[in-house]
Amino acid sequence: MRVVLDHITKRFADVTAVSEFSATLEDGELVSLLGPSGCGKSTLLNMLSGILPVSGGKIFFDDQDVTALPPEKRGIGLVFQNYALYPHMTVMSNICFPLETQRVPKEERIERANEIAKLVHVDMLMNRKPSELSGGQQQRVAIARALVKNPRLLLLDEPLSNLDARLRLEMREEIRRIQQRTGVTTIFVTHDQEEALSISDRIVLMRLGVLQQNDLPQNLYNEPANQFVADFLGNPPINNLPGTIEDGAFVTEDGKGRCVLPMLSGIENGRKVNLSIRAESFVLDGNGPMTCEVTRVYQMGKEEMAYLKLGNCDFRAYIDSDEGLKQGDTVHISLKKRGVFVFDRETGERIR
Amino acid sequence: MKKQKQSADRELGERSLFSKIEPYLYLLPFFIGIAVFTLYPVINVVLISFKEGYSHLSRGFDQWGVSNYQVVLSDPKFSQAIGNTLKYVLLVVPISTCISVVVAYLLNQKLRFSALFQTAYFLPMVTSVTAVGLAWKLMFNKNFGIINYILSFFGVDKIPWLENAAWSIPTLVVFGVWNILPFTIILLLSGLQNIDPQYYTAARVDGARSLRIFFRITVPLLAPTIFLVCITNTISSFKVFSELYPLFNGKPGPFNNLYTVVYYIRYAMMENRKYGIAAAAALVLFLFIFVFTMVQLAFQKKMSKR
Repeated sequence: MRVVLDHITKRFADVTAVSEFSATLEDGELVSLLGPSGCGKSTLLNMLSGILPVSGGKIFFDDQDVTALPPEKRGIGLVFQNYALYPHMTVMSNICFPLETQRVPKEERIERANEIAKLVHVDMLMNRKPSELSGGQQQRVAIARALVKNPRLLLLDEPLSNLDARLRLEMREEIRRIQQRTGVTTIFVTHDQEEALSISDRIVLMRLGVLQQNDLPQNLYNEPANQFVADFLGNPPINNLPGTIEDGAFVTEDGKGRCVLPMLSGIENGRKVNLSIRAESFVLDGNGPMTCEVTRVYQMGKEEMAYLKLGNCDFRAYIDSDEGLKQGDTVHISLKKRGVFVFDRETGERIR
Repeated sequence: MKKQKQSADRELGERSLFSKIEPYLYLLPFFIGIAVFTLYPVINVVLISFKEGYSHLSRGFDQWGVSNYQVVLSDPKFSQAIGNTLKYVLLVVPISTCISVVVAYLLNQKLRFSALFQTAYFLPMVTSVTAVGLAWKLMFNKNFGIINYILSFFGVDKIPWLENAAWSIPTLVVFGVWNILPFTIILLLSGLQNIDPQYYTAARVDGARSLRIFFRITVPLLAPTIFLVCITNTISSFKVFSELYPLFNGKPGPFNNLYTVVYYIRYAMMENRKYGIAAAAALVLFLFIFVFTMVQLAFQKKMSKR
């Protein structure tokens, strides 16, 4: 099912949690809603599920306007952050509950519950109570309960945050597998960039209730729309070198560091910018335009992480070098095409 | 040097002896209170019930025996009292539990005027049963009472609440239920507030309407509290007396037809000065309460296993 969000706004008293949010999610996609905590992604999810009413805007499921529909009429499956399995019911009753409310005959209910339980691998736990399950098992049951009614849209609210690191990796792949098997349009809320990058067809990045970028995962990383997107994605975080443009050259704040880059041509003189470079975009090059001092070197095994200094700007770089860098060396560096951006320092807008 | 060590050891030993006793010293005042005002009377009641010909003035008695029990168990007044008490318990407990679950559920919603409701339902708890009982006596009045007045709007004929023996138990039950509600509602309300609201959200997303949510989610999750309420209500209903006393001018019903076990105990003790009889009746009552509570606990255990 195709989901269209048309200028969705949510206000709580005097706080605007989501503002003028518009996006289209295509049928069968797994889309991550990504953002730091408090960015409004859970609020958006609750509006999609119908738990929260919108303050403005419209939501369409295919061509149907569902903005005013209550949750039970939207045909959605929702997996809560802490699963919210009914503690007094067995796994079987939990999975059957959505069908019970739809008055599906008992035999069909059990048949469908068994079928979905097999898909999420909880078919041997059907007679247990939620308290007798591990976190990962509860998670699977919660997904089964959300999927058993064949929802048009599956919503997952930070489903992995209550699991330990190893289980998180496993469940991440499980969710992807289950989603691809069922082909259900899925929205996955997370604050973990790695989770979002690895699992999604598309990522919607939010900040303070405002859409930042709605794009393919690799585009978010390689072509960030603004400073915030560039900062949010990537580990280690992107290097931001504050400086000014002077005749096609980047000059650091203290005026001591300077480099001429072709990508800077055409930017007006005196504009305050951030030269943002991913740590993997540096290349040792005797003729390189950047002359930096090495302040520290860490061995990372297959490569070296060097702390470099240009003028008064410190930054981190992965360096592939046969000689091995030493503290105090002066090196010449050129930049790769990928992972180098220029942002306006005041507005965060992308210039190059 | 050695001496010093020995004395240090001894000091340590003394200190540890004191530290062993210390907590009991703090508990002592409480223990004394319990012993004097609870333990001693309880033991004494058991003893007195087995003393034949006990005189409360001389504290003398003829011999040990079970004649008190024989008298109590063969007294038609006592079997009437047991019957009335059982009827009262079996009516008040289910009725008050059902009403209070519904009221607590409604109070737990965000209602308008909820402060008003809270005052209203809490009122019986902060007022004297006897004083309120007198007010209810006026309300139950056949000709001028407000209850018959209100019922007259629904075409109900005047009910002789206080005058007719057949209406004695219903009258007592109405007052008893009203009197017991606040405590049970408070218990249930706190039970309701312990239910994670996320279950309601989950149930709504799963397509459940309010009635199904109430019976499939709220009631099962509230079950432990409901059992607690049943048990405490059963115990307190078995001891019904202060509800009865003011309604019928201190008499057990209009024709002495509404003896309850506690009224019987009081009657044996205060009016006949037969302490042995009263003690025996009290122990029979205790046995009833004990068996009922055990059955309920066993039932609860079975239910929670399911």
